[in-house]
Formats: sequence, C-alpha cells, structure tokens
Amino acid sequence: MTLLSAEGLTKRFGGVLAAKDVSFGLEGGEMLAIIGPNGAGKSTTFNMVGGQLRPDAGRVTLAGQDITGMPPRAVCRMGVGRTFQVAQTFLSFSVIGNVQMALIAHHGQTRMLLPDAMAMHQDAALALLERVGMAAQADRPIGELAYGDVKRVELAIALAAAPRLLLMDEPTAGMAPAERSALMALVAGIARAERIGVLFTEHDMDAVFAHADRILVLVRGEIIARGTPEEVRADPEVQRVYLGHSGTRAAERARRAHG
Amino acid sequence: MQWDFLLVQSLSGLASASSLFVIASGLTIVFGVTRIVNFAHGSFYMLGAYIAVTVVPWLLEIDRSPWLFFVGVLVSALAVGALGVLMEMLLLRRIYRVPELFQLLATFGVVLIVQDLVLLVWGPVDIPGPRAPGLRHGVVILDQRFPAYELFLIAVGPAVLGLLWLLMHRTRFGVLIRAATQDREMVGALGVNQAMLFTGTLFLGAALAGLGGALQIPRVSANSQMDLSIITEAFVVTVIGGMGSVPGAFIAALLIGQLQAFGVLIFPKITLVLVFLLMAVVLVIKPWGLLGKPEAAAGRVVLPEGILDPRPLDRAGKMLAALGLAAVLALPLLDAYAVKVGTEVLILALAAFSLNFLVGNGGIVSFGHAAYFGLGAYGAGLLVVKAGLPMEPALLAAPIAGGAFAALFGFFVVRLSGIYLAMLTLAFAQIAYAVVFQWVEVTGGDNGLVGVWPSRWAASREVYHYLVAAVTVAAIILLRRVIHAPFGATLRAARDSAQRADAIGVDVRTHRWLGFTLAGAAAGLAGGLYAFSKGSIDPTLLGIPMSVDFLSMLLLGGIQSVLGPVAGTAAFHAAKDFFMPLTDHWRLFLGLSIIAMVLVFPRGLAGAWDTLRRRRA
Repeated sequence: MTLLSAEGLTKRFGGVLAAKDVSFGLEGGEMLAIIGPNGAGKSTTFNMVGGQLRPDAGRVTLAGQDITGMPPRAVCRMGVGRTFQVAQTFLSFSVIGNVQMALIAHHGQTRMLLPDAMAMHQDAALALLERVGMAAQADRPIGELAYGDVKRVELAIALAAAPRLLLMDEPTAGMAPAERSALMALVAGIARAERIGVLFTEHDMDAVFAHADRILVLVRGEIIARGTPEEVRADPEVQRVYLGHSGTRAAERARRAHG
Repeated sequence: MQWDFLLVQSLSGLASASSLFVIASGLTIVFGVTRIVNFAHGSFYMLGAYIAVTVVPWLLEIDRSPWLFFVGVLVSALAVGALGVLMEMLLLRRIYRVPELFQLLATFGVVLIVQDLVLLVWGPVDIPGPRAPGLRHGVVILDQRFPAYELFLIAVGPAVLGLLWLLMHRTRFGVLIRAATQDREMVGALGVNQAMLFTGTLFLGAALAGLGGALQIPRVSANSQMDLSIITEAFVVTVIGGMGSVPGAFIAALLIGQLQAFGVLIFPKITLVLVFLLMAVVLVIKPWGLLGKPEAAAGRVVLPEGILDPRPLDRAGKMLAALGLAAVLALPLLDAYAVKVGTEVLILALAAFSLNFLVGNGGIVSFGHAAYFGLGAYGAGLLVVKAGLPMEPALLAAPIAGGAFAALFGFFVVRLSGIYLAMLTLAFAQIAYAVVFQWVEVTGGDNGLVGVWPSRWAASREVYHYLVAAVTVAAIILLRRVIHAPFGATLRAARDSAQRADAIGVDVRTHRWLGFTLAGAAAGLAGGLYAFSKGSIDPTLLGIPMSVDFLSMLLLGGIQSVLGPVAGTAAFHAAKDFFMPLTDHWRLFLGLSIIAMVLVFPRGLAGAWDTLRRRRA
C-alpha cells in the first residue's frame, strides 16, 4: 500500500492560490523531494501534510488512513516525524535530554508526576544519537552545538517516534555545504535501511539531485513536472521556469559526483 | 423603562467610553512601538489629574474663562508627557530586550514609586477639581437633564481619534509609529533613529494618559487609587481592541462604556465581572483582540534570565537547603515574633514556588497568582466562619478551591501566550477580587471575615508553625519532584518550543492547563494556611499588590533556579517585615528595589550564589 498519498490538495490565502490540486504518492524507503522557486507553495503543501495547515480541498492519507486536517500532535502519533526549516529543539535541555523528551512523549508518559524524567529512556536515546552520529556530545547543552549538529539532533528527535514517514522542511537550510551532503546521506541511509518514507523540500539542488528518488516540481502552486532526477532534469519546462542555467549546471555536477 | 432614560444611560456610557479611549489609546500606541505593557500608564493618568487640580484653579484665578480651563488641561497633559520622556530615558530604554515579566515588574515599580511621591507632594486627602466654566449647566434631552460637560467628553473621544489618525497618516512621526508597530526590526534596519522614535512615542502615550486624567477633574476628585483602577480598565480596552491598534481601542472602549452603562441596570454589583467576561470571550474567539495582529506578541527571544535551569542541587546547595530547614525548625527557640514571621515565610514560599512552577518552568507568566492564593484562603475561611467546619476539612478545601478556579480560569488562559496571557491572568484575578470585594453578605466585603482559627490542638503559634512547616515543605518537595518528572519536563519543553513539542506528539494546551491547575491548587493550599495563621481573610489577599509581591519574591530569589524563589521569599518577607514599620515610604523603597533588581541583578540571589560558587571553584 502507498505509505503517503495526497490527493487534490488545494489551499488559498486570500486571493493567492498557494496550492492547486496537488497530488502525489510516496512509498516506504523512498525519498521524495518537492522543489520550486520561492513562493511556489512548497511549504504550504508540506504543512498540509504535516497538520500545520488544513487544506481547503483534498485528502491526505497515511497507509490508507485519512489524516487530513489532524493537528500535528495527532499526525505525529500516527507515525510521522518532522524537522523544521529552522531547527526546533528544546533549548534548555541537554542533547540527550531532547531525545529523552521525545521518547517520553512517544511512550505517552508526559503526565507522569514522580519519576525523574532525565533517568528515563537513556539507552534508547543514546542509541538514537548514535545513529545520527551525535552520541559523543550527548551531555552537552544543545545551545552550545554547531547548527549542523543541532539539525542532526533534530533528526534523532524525529526518529524517536519510530516514524513511518519523515517530513523534512529544508533539512539543509543554514548549513555549510560539507555538512549538507553528510546530513542528506545520513537521512537517505536511515530511510532506506528502515523503509521510512521521506518527504522533503529543498533549495539546495546538489542535495536534491544526489539523494531524491523522485522529484516534484511546484510552480505557483501547481505541479509542472514529476519523475526521477533524470526525467526532471531533462524536462525543458523545468529548465525554463525553474532551474535556469546555474541549476542545470548543478544538476550536471551532481550527476558526475554521484553518477 | 422609558426611551429618554435609556438614551441618557447610553450617553453617559459614551462619555465614559470617550475618556477610556483617550487613556487606552496612549497605552496601545506605546505597546505597539516598544512592545512594553506599561503599568505606569495608570500613574500618568493619576498624575494628569493631580497636576490639573493644581494648575487649573491657579489659572482660573486669573480669569474664569473656559479657554484657561482647557489651557490648564493641555498644560497638565504636556507635563505628564514630559514625565513619560523621563521614564523612557531613565528606565524603558534599558529594558526593551529583557523578558516580558521583567518589563511588567519594572513598570510596576514605577507605579509604586509614583504612589508614594503623589502622597508626598499632594498628601493623602482627595482633591476635588474645579468645574469647567461654560460647561457647568445641564442640557435637557427628552425631558432628562444631562450634564453639558459629559456631552463635551463624548466629543473628545472621536476628536482624539481623528487627531491621532491625522498624526499617524499625515506626519513622518506617525508613519514611523505605524511602521514600528508592524515591524520594529525593519524600521531599525531602515536607519530610523529608534531612540528618538521611542522617546517621542512615550511622550505621546503619557500625554494622552495625562489628558485623560486632567479631563476627569470636574467629574472625580484626584485620589491616590486612580492609577490601579484605571490601568486594569485600560488593559481590558487595549486587549479587547487588539494591542497596538488605536481603532481597536476605540471600538473596545465604546463596547465597554455601553456594557457598563446598561450592566449597572441589570447586574448592579457585577459590572466589573461583565467587563472582564467580555474580555475573556473576545480573547477566546479572537486571541489577538478585535483588530490586533498575532505577531505583536509572538516570536520574542527568551533570554537566559527567563529560563529555569532544573539542575539537581550540588553539595553546597543541599547543605544550604538543610541549613534553611534546620533554621525553620529551630525558630520556636527564639521569640514568638520570629515564629510568626517564619510561619508566614513558609506559606509565602509555597505560593512563590507554585508561581515559579508556572513562570520559570512553564513560561506561563501569570500576573494574577494571588487570585488562587486568596481563593484558597476564602475557601477555607468561609467553611470555618460560615459553615462552622473545623480546620482540617477547611485546609483540604483550600487547594481544591484554588485548583478549581485555576482550572476554570486556566481553560481560557492557556489559549494565549506571552503578554496576552499575562493580561488575562491579571483580568481574572481582578474578577475574583471584585466578586470578593462586592459580595458583602458572603465575604464580608472590604472588611473580610474574622475568626478563622486553627483547631485547638494546633492553636499555639509553635504547633501551628510546625504544622505549616510539615505541609509546606512536603508540598515544595513534591512540586520540585514534579518539575523534574516527565510532566514538568514536558511543560519546560513546550516553553522552549511549542512547535517542537507539538511535533513530538504533546498536547501543549492540555498540559499547560493541567500545570496551571496544579499551581493554582498549591497556591490555594498556601492561602488556606495563611488564613489560619492570621485568623482572618480579606480582599487584599487576592489583589494586584499581592501578585506583585509573589513575582518580586521570584525575581529576588532568581527565576531560573528551582529553589531560588524559596530563598527569595525569605529575604523579601523578612525585609518587608523589618523595613515596613520603619518607613512611611515602603512602596517607594520596594519600587526602586524592583527596578534595581531588574536592571542590575536579574538572576537574583540564586544567581549571586552561583557566581560566588564559581569564583571559589
């Protein structure tokens, strides 16, 4: 069964049609990128899937279950992990504390009044940090970390809910180029190993063409092209309205580097 | 009921709406630009009235012309505007970037200072003002006489609205004010002289408050309670209208004026409650007020001063805590007075601790925590005095009363955040205060009730002290445990990032509601204990000054430390107990201390202790 399916998602903000009849499907273990110029409706589409926005029309189903318009916390409980464009973490917690907090929430233990929260789920949290390569920094305050590392911790937080689907809004925004490809390789590795579907938006074309299995191109709220990186790259419409010359060059570069 | 009567009622509603708008417009403009909710706005209003009752009669002695009356009113407004400039330059520009709680407290410090200065300059007796020459007669409307001055006031509101509109749309200063209200950072990035803009805004805001006060002198005598009574109303108007929105304030003032004018006919005793209910309803439907914008309150930087750090106690900390506990237990060896103070410190420490559970741990800045303390006290006291129950069941009822009201009010409160949340907690506390104050048959009104004594076995000061010690220490240890437990951690997580908490599956609003209820119950328990220690209850237990005392204890102790508030309470209450009998100017002293703490000592005693320890290590 298709893991995630969006059918006819439409959202209007005042007079602006931010998303028009957007439909796509995503399988477990697959990386699907949504790209498009600024204001194309990437984040709107994304937020309709994640529950931050309720679509005016259309349906979102997760493994056959309708999740349209559910609040984010309910979407999370259905097995959807999420990272944000600007990393959202618990600033007053340690690195491991952030992951422990996510595990406490995942286990529905947030209303317990007596046990020491920071003694709970330590091993599981450490294991998650190990997977994103942050175990060595477990006890540092998260505010001290470099931004790329914060993004990794955020990934561990998202993985704590044992998600079937990961929603990543511009996962590499604000990161140094070297960190970017390392993070995307990490995400792709985890997704394929654990059959987690990943839906992500991205501005960095290198990251997209190197790691996405399929790409969706949005322009002014509409899907103008979809397919494998090769198909999208070859699409003259995409080249014209979106990639331009530099984008095409980035695509070439990515193909050479990873081809 | 006749039409002419309804018309006159409605006209007097318009007159008060007009006055209220003039004052509230200043508050909302200042908030829009500086993002500071200025408690001292009510003080500016009061100063406007006092200056006017001094200046206007002096001018009228020269010539009893209507013109000189209004010259006097304008001079008073301008003088108050100058005081606003002074406040901006001396205080506000140092606190634009500190957490909201500190801003509120600092401007409340100014309220306290002005209260004492007014007493010093003008004395404690109310001063009646002269009536306006030329507007002393009544106008007959449909067979009813209506004061001409009130008619004049009705015109003032729309006139001020019109002038403000011209100012905002036709002058560079006004355009900058509007721009800064929408996006302060962008205005800064465009190279606008922010210092001048902010100072000018404070001048305008304070002058409007002063104008409002000066215009009141033919209607009410200048008195020293004007500041707090008007500031809560002005808060309500700005919150309903949307903070930062002048037209919103105008609509809200009209609504409230009519609600008060007709509410008096239907529910003469609970007009205040009606006003606050209107506010609660508006905030639930439109969380940013009628014409407000969400970003006005959202997205602030949380500075470390506002963040609770739940480190477990180190060795020295544990020793200090043990020492404190030993001192509490040994107090009865000293004199009876020390026992009394010690008992009060323990009780207030529980209240302050429960407040920090909200403020420090949950990021829920409650400006009305005394409500739950006071309602707990009344819950217990009424059971003893009116129902004849003994102390034990009454003490059980206290946390239930505090918790039940916290659950009721909290249901609305947790829908908001930041400054709106603080305003709503304040409003609910004022509702509770008004009900307790006005429902004389049950609560004894202003005088309160006496005869709330402990059971016989606990009647001696010493035994009661140990009872209080056992209950409060147990409650504080329990609450501290909750802070470290998943529930407390979840509240902290939601404070750090509500978005992230939501995305990991936490129902933020429900958790905050439960936290608010728990803190209310703890405060209620403290209130019950307090009632039995005093033997009486009265409305001051629920008042704003009590809430501010609790917040000052947090501030003094150090808001980011788990046990800091306990130390803060001990220091604050001991200092208050020692200094208050020695000076007539306790409020001046307290106000200056609060401001000094915010400016130079924001991490409180716990911060000082930390620094000391680190220096030695």
